[in-house]
Amino acid sequence: MSLSSLSIEPSGSKPKHLTIGRIGLYCFILICALFFLMPLYVMIVTSLKDMDEIRSGNLLYIPKTLSFYAWPKAWSEACTGFVCEGLKPGLINSIKITVPSVIVSVSLGALNGYALAFWRFKGAYLFFGLCLFGAFIPYQVMVYPLLKIESAIGIYSSLPGIILVHTIFGMPILTLIFRNFYASLPIDLFKAARIDGGNFLKIFFYVIIPMSTPITIVAVILQVTGIWNDFLLGLVFAGRDNQPMTVQLNNIVQVDFGVAEYNVDMAATILTSMIPLAVYFISGRWFVRGIAAGAIKG
Amino acid sequence: MKNSVEVKKLSFNYGKLEILKNLDLNIQDGEFMVLLGPSGCGKTTLLNCIAGLLDLNEGQIWIENDNVTWKEPKDRHIGMVFQSYALYPSMTVEKNLSFGLRMMNVNKGIIQEKIKKASELLQIGDLLHRKPSQLSGGQRQRVAIGRALVRDAKVFLFDEPLSNLDAKLRAELRYEIKKLHRDLGNTMIYVTHDQIEAMTLADRIAVMKNGVIQQLDSPKQIYNKPANLFVADFIGSPGMNFFNGKYNKEENSFSFNNSNISLENYEFENQPEDTSSIVLGIRPEDILLNKSANSTEFKIELIEPMGADTLIWLSFENVPFSVRLEGSSNYKLGDLIHLEFNIKRASLFDKKSEKRI
Repeated sequence: MSLSSLSIEPSGSKPKHLTIGRIGLYCFILICALFFLMPLYVMIVTSLKDMDEIRSGNLLYIPKTLSFYAWPKAWSEACTGFVCEGLKPGLINSIKITVPSVIVSVSLGALNGYALAFWRFKGAYLFFGLCLFGAFIPYQVMVYPLLKIESAIGIYSSLPGIILVHTIFGMPILTLIFRNFYASLPIDLFKAARIDGGNFLKIFFYVIIPMSTPITIVAVILQVTGIWNDFLLGLVFAGRDNQPMTVQLNNIVQVDFGVAEYNVDMAATILTSMIPLAVYFISGRWFVRGIAAGAIKG
Repeated sequence: MKNSVEVKKLSFNYGKLEILKNLDLNIQDGEFMVLLGPSGCGKTTLLNCIAGLLDLNEGQIWIENDNVTWKEPKDRHIGMVFQSYALYPSMTVEKNLSFGLRMMNVNKGIIQEKIKKASELLQIGDLLHRKPSQLSGGQRQRVAIGRALVRDAKVFLFDEPLSNLDAKLRAELRYEIKKLHRDLGNTMIYVTHDQIEAMTLADRIAVMKNGVIQQLDSPKQIYNKPANLFVADFIGSPGMNFFNGKYNKEENSFSFNNSNISLENYEFENQPEDTSSIVLGIRPEDILLNKSANSTEFKIELIEPMGADTLIWLSFENVPFSVRLEGSSNYKLGDLIHLEFNIKRASLFDKKSEKRI
């Protein structure tokens, strides 16, 4: 009997075999995941140890005795410079900065993208090119000129000041992603709306915005995480009373005198990154969908 | 009869590319005008200029004795139906239909009344609360037509409305559109590249190529007396057969390689000169089975049965041509048949100018 007559005749769905290649791939993925989860693990474990145990130097060990005192301390007692109120005021400041900044920048970005995609005015391509260019300029370059402008109009070191700065720096990338999304919508829709009697704003509100959900979610995620994680702009523009959580976290961690309380530092860091983490977990599905849609259609 | 839409000396450029050149077109009140041509001939551009969706470079557009050249699309009393349907995806059918009226702040009672009338006419009453994504292609296009209907448009513009539908639905909606035109009597301008749609729907067809109207006439005239080679070739499926030859003035005949075909029965528009190069065009249905003396014998090389009729392919002096026979005809490959060209219904063109002679 020959070998080929022994094999099964192909019929129905193809059987799936676990090949060595597959096993190797899974191992690689697993190792990658562990590698990236390691810092998070260390942070959580360290935040639950007391200082004696931390000093003994076993970074990767799980705590012998659980001690939770680092968390409330980071939240409401740790010293951020001269005041010792923990991160709590920083959280409120961050919310006060992030929410209006996101709303204003995303709305304006959508409007810009809509105008660029559908109302092709003279020089629209040049404008779009400048936007692209703007998205790649490191913003440190513009910090000092912006500071001078803001102090000249009297909003430097205030809440409106920092909101304006975040809106400005969000504009290029938001305009870009909204324009690309709108450019992928059928132009006939816009034509139909014009014949139906819509003007610039009516078409935007009644026809375009209801179709913008996926890209708006992407834009919001982008802005929330970007603004929440910002340190430099918050430090420079927000002023002493409105310092965001990231700036206060830095003040907790960078102690010039006394003992460095690593468990408190770790707890504070986790608290600060809670919001972006939550955003990714809750909206991960949308995030991937939005990015994928942009990739295919953009 | 008064004109409903007048296009006067219209030019449209896209950058340096001239799409439409000095184009004139008058469309009568209540007329069904079809703009027909291959893709890139400027027919959709012309429609968009009429709608006001594109800014023209030169010339004027008049609708209902009103110079609308600089007017916004919404102020032109037009309704437009697109190939992609262009229904607002986030709105229900009802909201789609009423969008234009709501933008004009029309009274709610009147809106309801108009929607009711239009949805009855188009048989979409059951679909009013659905979203466009829950509709089939045919239903979507009905809603799109309804949207133009509720606006009481004076002129309906159709931009290849049936091209996205399958063959059966296309025939169905073609019939509906024709009926709609019969019942409403509005002026309609219809862009298509499908000659069957053009032939069946139009009062007059404007055949376009490279931004110029090649022939503007009734479907019958365009089919039977094409003005030039392009129109002759573009209209008709299966296409017209062409033979390149010379005119023999002495015998009033078409000499083609070693053969001679008498042109005695042909109605010349202008007599060509002796030995000038001409093209004889003859439709597959104008070549007849005939066993008389002046017929010629041909060998069947290919058979395409199409149901209602059968197309057979043969060669005349090594130039392939087709003949349309009855669907019931029973020929086999290699059979010899006698054929005669019905010259009375043929078309002759000047080889150089490509114009009908």
